[in-house]
Amino acid sequence: MMKCLYTHLFKCLVIIICFWASVQQASAQAENDAIMIPKNYLCPGVMYSTSDWTNYWEGTFKRSNGNIGTLNTKMYSVMATYGITNNLIATVNVPYVTTNASAGTLEGQKGLQDISLNLKWRGLRLKSGKNTFSLLASVTGSIPLTNYEADFDPLALGSHSKNFTGRLIVDYNRGKYFITGSGAYMTRSNITIDRTSYYTTQLIYSNQVELPNMSDYNLRTGYRSKYFIAELVGDISTSLGGFDIRKNDMPFPSNRMNMTSAGINLRYRLKSLYNLEFTAGDDYVVKGRNVGQSNMVHGGITYIFSLSKKADQVSYKN
Amino acid sequence: MKKYIHNNIAILLLVVTSVFYSSCKKDIIDRTSLYPSLSPANIDLNADTWKPVLITDPSVFIVAAPDAITSPAYVADLNEIKGYQRSLTSDQRAIIKYWSAGAVLRWNEIMRDLVAKHNVAPYQNLDGTYPAPSSANPFAYPQFPFSNPPYSARAYAYVSAAEYDALIAAYHFKKQYNRPAPYKNDATVQALVPKSDLPSYPSEDAVISGAAVEMMKLLFPTEIDYIEQKAAEQKVYRIMAGANVRGELDAGESLGKQVADVFAARARTDKAGAAIGTPAYWAQLQTQTAAKGEQYWISLENPKRPPMLPLFTKVKPFLFDTLTVVALRPGPPNSTKSDAFKKENDEVLYYSQHATRANQDLVAFWADGIGTYTPPGHWNAIAADEFVKQNYSEVRWARNFALLNMAEMDAAIVCWDTKYFYFNPRPTQMNSAIKTLTGIPNFPSYSSGHSNFSGAAATILTYLLPDRGSKFTDMAQQAALSRLYGAIHTRSDINVGLVTGNEVGQYAVQRAQADGAGLGN
Repeated sequence: MMKCLYTHLFKCLVIIICFWASVQQASAQAENDAIMIPKNYLCPGVMYSTSDWTNYWEGTFKRSNGNIGTLNTKMYSVMATYGITNNLIATVNVPYVTTNASAGTLEGQKGLQDISLNLKWRGLRLKSGKNTFSLLASVTGSIPLTNYEADFDPLALGSHSKNFTGRLIVDYNRGKYFITGSGAYMTRSNITIDRTSYYTTQLIYSNQVELPNMSDYNLRTGYRSKYFIAELVGDISTSLGGFDIRKNDMPFPSNRMNMTSAGINLRYRLKSLYNLEFTAGDDYVVKGRNVGQSNMVHGGITYIFSLSKKADQVSYKN
Repeated sequence: MKKYIHNNIAILLLVVTSVFYSSCKKDIIDRTSLYPSLSPANIDLNADTWKPVLITDPSVFIVAAPDAITSPAYVADLNEIKGYQRSLTSDQRAIIKYWSAGAVLRWNEIMRDLVAKHNVAPYQNLDGTYPAPSSANPFAYPQFPFSNPPYSARAYAYVSAAEYDALIAAYHFKKQYNRPAPYKNDATVQALVPKSDLPSYPSEDAVISGAAVEMMKLLFPTEIDYIEQKAAEQKVYRIMAGANVRGELDAGESLGKQVADVFAARARTDKAGAAIGTPAYWAQLQTQTAAKGEQYWISLENPKRPPMLPLFTKVKPFLFDTLTVVALRPGPPNSTKSDAFKKENDEVLYYSQHATRANQDLVAFWADGIGTYTPPGHWNAIAADEFVKQNYSEVRWARNFALLNMAEMDAAIVCWDTKYFYFNPRPTQMNSAIKTLTGIPNFPSYSSGHSNFSGAAATILTYLLPDRGSKFTDMAQQAALSRLYGAIHTRSDINVGLVTGNEVGQYAVQRAQADGAGLGN
């Protein structure tokens, strides 16, 4: 009955959330799309992204900064997705991140960032003629792999928090066209910084910092055939708390970081060698608050294969 | 089977979520909220004989004789206490708990908060110049003040010293009028703070807030609302706690203000107002350094920002005269053309390129840059954590903070004199490959400000708390090294800065040895 070929593949880089450009977390297996892979398939891959911003928002005030110039963040990720069942897949992702400011004196950072584990479960799938409707739930946990310095924005590799994201995904497919919408809630743990006091809207005497939780809404739509996906992606990510950077002040991990981004995403699987998938895309921050107006270009290669002898056929469809 | 798996997955996800959520979202506990109620081991009843900083004769201040404790006015004041105590809310109890840690301590914290809030450098104009804060128009952007390290060092010193002198004057009147605390006059008044044998007219808490508020109006004019709100809260705290009647608070506040006026008059004429210098002076610093054959300092900010408070060097110190400032100036740094200079810069480059996580930690811990309470504020926080353990009387709290902060202010003056006399470039200016682990300050390199502040602070704190051994000097060493590891300073900058800071600190020690207070406890 459910003998469909849930397929998948990897997705490219999707930004779960970009905090500054430096905190971009990319997920191989997209935790916010509706694509699955069949049971007992393994899909390892590598991906790369590079992101730049020159302008950023201090609160709502948009500016550039001669002491930063252009801030670049590069991310090199290794990831793997495994089909536990035809309706449940798990993805592990390990990113290595570098940051660099083209002006000013602050030193760029580099290192392993946060390992993440995503479980995506398809709970419902209704098919009628050319129409398919699916409901999915996805959870993602991430923990820092190294003791990188979070209190070094905007050059920090990440926020160094342990994050947990729960997401509900709705997908509607008609023929070769689809639309996927999802909403997520992310909790972020407190972090420990190297100093014993810090100023938010008041001085706090602690080395613990409470990071605001976040919400995220994602909409993607476009063309989806067996071997090709071309989609437009819109994303709104909002801090549920935090404070604004004051004029000419330094940023801080518990700032209220909001961003609205738009992007395009392509995924292509060779017909002759369908195990191989190429992804590429671009993502641009249209509007933000206490974040950089980044443009990110990303690309990746994955290779999927079955661990069992008798394997289902893999494709993007269904 | 499939359904079974699905159900279990759903439960698993729920459990993982709740475990994760509960284990990671903990309330942040501010350590200053844990300070116990102040219960002085020694009330220092002889503090009226201690040597004040500026005032000479406490009896010149006006503190009217208190009402007799049998008078209707006093009885009415007692009834006000009883009225509060009949129905204290949890908010009011929280206010009592907060302030009971000590008035000098809490006002010092309020100061640190304001310093951090106002420690943001002005944003540039469209033409690439920078606006300057104006005390005449404090609310206009950039708000007055920009509480950078020299400004804040001076602010901490004036407030601390004014509180100290005001308390000495208060002790004079306390002994003169010798009125016991409300709970000693009326058994139905509860003492919600530790009882004290110190005469309660005028109130020492109100003397402290009167002095602090009056000084802070001058130093943080945009914060008057906030400051007065805190003072009003503190006043009500004393009444709710049964520790003072209103008349004692009014008399204390008035005395505090009178003493603060003496300090405010000094502050208005201590030359800090002209410390920013002029474009002509900024240019002159370059030409006179070039004339010596040395590379002069250039701002590393973009657009280039004028040097921070170059004429702070002329500010009138507390612990010595202006001739001593020049006498304390260390010898010249390595010539910018010398091999020694290059060698030291290469060492900085090494630390820039070999930043260990431990070094980053140290750099961040001591950075005390933009948006912080500055290095002097950090040493106030360090001192406060130690003083809390000592159960000092309020007057000893004030005296020790005054000693610390006069040392910090004078260290700022001597350090700035050194910096602008030599106008020495930062390592990164000489070699742009030297990237820094924290923000680079906008003033000359030699000698290190952090090292001067830390040396001075460690010297006076070690004298005040000899049982701490080398704790403070070790910390000062770490603070200084953090500037080398952070690629902000050369080794000479920090070593010389520590020596000069220690010398300034010795002046505070000499004062402490002779002020009649002894080591206490």
